[in-house]
Amino acid sequence: MAGVSSRQAWPAPFEKYELDEAFDEMVDAAGEVRPHYERLYHGVLNLEPGELRRRQQLADLSFLHQGITFTVYGREEGTERIFPNDPLPRILTHSEWSRIERGLAQRITALNLFLKDIYNEGRILSDGVVPREMVYTCKHFRRQMRAFSVRKDVYVSVAGTDLIRMPSGEFVVLEDNVRVPSGVSYMLVSREVTKRIFPRTFRECGVEPIDHYPQALLATLRALAPQGCSDPVIALLTPGVFNSAYFEHAFLARQMGIELVEGRDLVTHDNFVYMRTTAGLRRVDVIYRRIDDDFTDPLAFRADSALGVAGLFNAYRAGNVSLANALGNGVADDKAIYAYVPAIIRYYLREDPVLNNVETFQMSDPGQRRHVLDHLERYVVKAVGESGGYGMLIGPHSTAAEREEFRRRVEADPRNYIAQPTIVLSRAPCLIDGAVQPRHVDLRPYILYGDKITIVPGGLTRVALRKGSLVVNSSQGGGSKDTWVLYRD
Amino acid sequence: MLSRVADSLYWMSRYLERAEHTARVINVQLNLMLERGAGSDDEYWARVLNSLGVQMAADEATHAQTLAVSLVRDTAHRASIVSSIIAARENARQVREQISSEMWEQLNRLFHSVRRAHSEAAWDAREFLQSVKEGAHLFQGITDSTMTHGEGWQFIQAGRFLERTVSVSTLVGSFFRERPVASRSIPQSMLQSMKEEGDPEHLEWLGLLRSCTAFEAYCKAYTADLKPERVAEFLVLHPGFPHSIRFSAAALEGAVKEIGGEARSRGKSRLERIAGRLHATLSFGQIDEIMTSGLDAYLDTVLRQCGHVHSALYQTHIAYPIEAALGA
Repeated sequence: MAGVSSRQAWPAPFEKYELDEAFDEMVDAAGEVRPHYERLYHGVLNLEPGELRRRQQLADLSFLHQGITFTVYGREEGTERIFPNDPLPRILTHSEWSRIERGLAQRITALNLFLKDIYNEGRILSDGVVPREMVYTCKHFRRQMRAFSVRKDVYVSVAGTDLIRMPSGEFVVLEDNVRVPSGVSYMLVSREVTKRIFPRTFRECGVEPIDHYPQALLATLRALAPQGCSDPVIALLTPGVFNSAYFEHAFLARQMGIELVEGRDLVTHDNFVYMRTTAGLRRVDVIYRRIDDDFTDPLAFRADSALGVAGLFNAYRAGNVSLANALGNGVADDKAIYAYVPAIIRYYLREDPVLNNVETFQMSDPGQRRHVLDHLERYVVKAVGESGGYGMLIGPHSTAAEREEFRRRVEADPRNYIAQPTIVLSRAPCLIDGAVQPRHVDLRPYILYGDKITIVPGGLTRVALRKGSLVVNSSQGGGSKDTWVLYRD
Repeated sequence: MLSRVADSLYWMSRYLERAEHTARVINVQLNLMLERGAGSDDEYWARVLNSLGVQMAADEATHAQTLAVSLVRDTAHRASIVSSIIAARENARQVREQISSEMWEQLNRLFHSVRRAHSEAAWDAREFLQSVKEGAHLFQGITDSTMTHGEGWQFIQAGRFLERTVSVSTLVGSFFRERPVASRSIPQSMLQSMKEEGDPEHLEWLGLLRSCTAFEAYCKAYTADLKPERVAEFLVLHPGFPHSIRFSAAALEGAVKEIGGEARSRGKSRLERIAGRLHATLSFGQIDEIMTSGLDAYLDTVLRQCGHVHSALYQTHIAYPIEAALGA
């Protein structure tokens, strides 16, 4: 299907722009540039040849000098790479965005009610909407969270939901991230880059701002302060510089003006948490933790964790410190539970989901498992508790040996796997070797939930920079680009 | 400020000062080598390494020149310039959000340039050393003009000047240890010969001053007439020259006093007393007395006191016991 363009050759630098069955963000089915992309298209055409590339190199250099890098695991420790950023923005119209916004607000509200319910009364389980064993066998279920009301019933205060666009143009949810979603700093940095590269186009298009994200995050964290604490001390807890998202932790702490702490900076005493400062110990009221549940407290969870704080969990249950996100949230973004989210939304909110799910097969179901294993080359198989593109098989791009390996794994532990049909993600124009070419993209908006729901317009558009690749994770050769939500359609 | 952050800022600054000092000393010696006559190169470099405080095993002295090269660019050598810059940058990376973006960018740029130099085949030592010096100076200037002169900056100052006190004391001490000059007994012949340019002794005193960027400043104070006692007085006791030991000790005391503000009294007075005593010893020192009783021993005392300042700083602000802090 490659290379079907109903239009005569595109002018440079678009000469290599080929269309296929994927939904194209810039070009419609008739081969015409969509109206909301017109300004960017002409903006790029009007640049001198080589100018675009020169501006991109400047941006790359500034990324290197600012140390905007990420760490790749499984290589020499501390291997840093520049975060690959594509300079061409991905553009969404106002009405496309308002639908997404409504859908995301609905979803985070329902997931919060779900988490409160399963850790307390368990109504949804008694009513048989979600199978009890599905929840209790979830690797991220934390029995320590039973019968404990988190502050203001907010379990998910920061979410990053991955959306993809089907060939029909419809946005659907691919997965929820309600534990420690990352990438928001790249969203903010990418915006700085496009503003520098396309100042005129940016102004003419009328793009909704996103710069208030750090303030909104701070307000969300403040809202979670323990009862009676009017001026909370807030800290961001990071695993440290060797974490792949360390740049982001430092960036957010700086933008919010809060302390960036590591586990070794904190001590607990009498169920209060303190940080060690040059002027003595100082009490901490709210912790935006960017470390996984398992590592937060060696006394309550993994005893071998050196990243956490002994006694933190007791202080949390005593209500003397608030954690964002809450512990035990992993149940809500488990990929097997994901299949039930539409039902969860209907159950708690009595509404139909605004954003649909991708069709999902449970490997714990013998019938569905047999069907998928017989046609592995057609499906994407994912481990339910993993993220970041690890532990995944993409059927159409896999070798027979890889499929055999996954078949063995699925049969050994069916609860741990789900399968989804291979979906062709939509494509957006990217700058590749000096020419504009389409590449597959997804969209991760960030949702904040404190006293109210805040969603900054847009989010992080992730790109699979390798031709034909459908994997957008930065650990797997993906990059990012800015996302423009226009004021008008 | 978090204790861990203070710790990183302090070491970032110490490592960078160390890299700059090492680069300057080696650069000066490379220049002097050009004019040296006979004599073993290894013997010569062994003395240079000694003056930098590098401990050598007996068998290593025979290939001191190789060691000197590794001290510049070998990442396996922990005291090398490249290692120091990597360590400074690693400390800065830990506290990325506490320093200004301009500081981080400059340190990062320096880091990438020395890493590049490390792998380049055509490598010019002097150009490299020059770029390290300039990079470090630029970083200091950026630090002073873009970072709030608050507690973090005071830790940076404390690190810089403690390191400078230590390295200049080590350098001057080893220099005089190898050329014992009691003030009243400089042989007439030697004084005579020192005035003749090109004389090896003269060159070495010149090298010492240059290693502390002090030659021009010395000339302004005492003319180009190089006398050991005056060189010692200038480098040890000058109140206004930024690489003199006294100046560094004064800046160290100043920084230590500003740290922690009023908020804390535990251990603070002890720290201030120790830093104050070091500064006072130097302020009231008399060069003829110091030379008579032995400059070498005098500088050993200075080094010991620097060690005390370092431990008191740690006990007060960084590695204090939690029980004590909760009790307060």
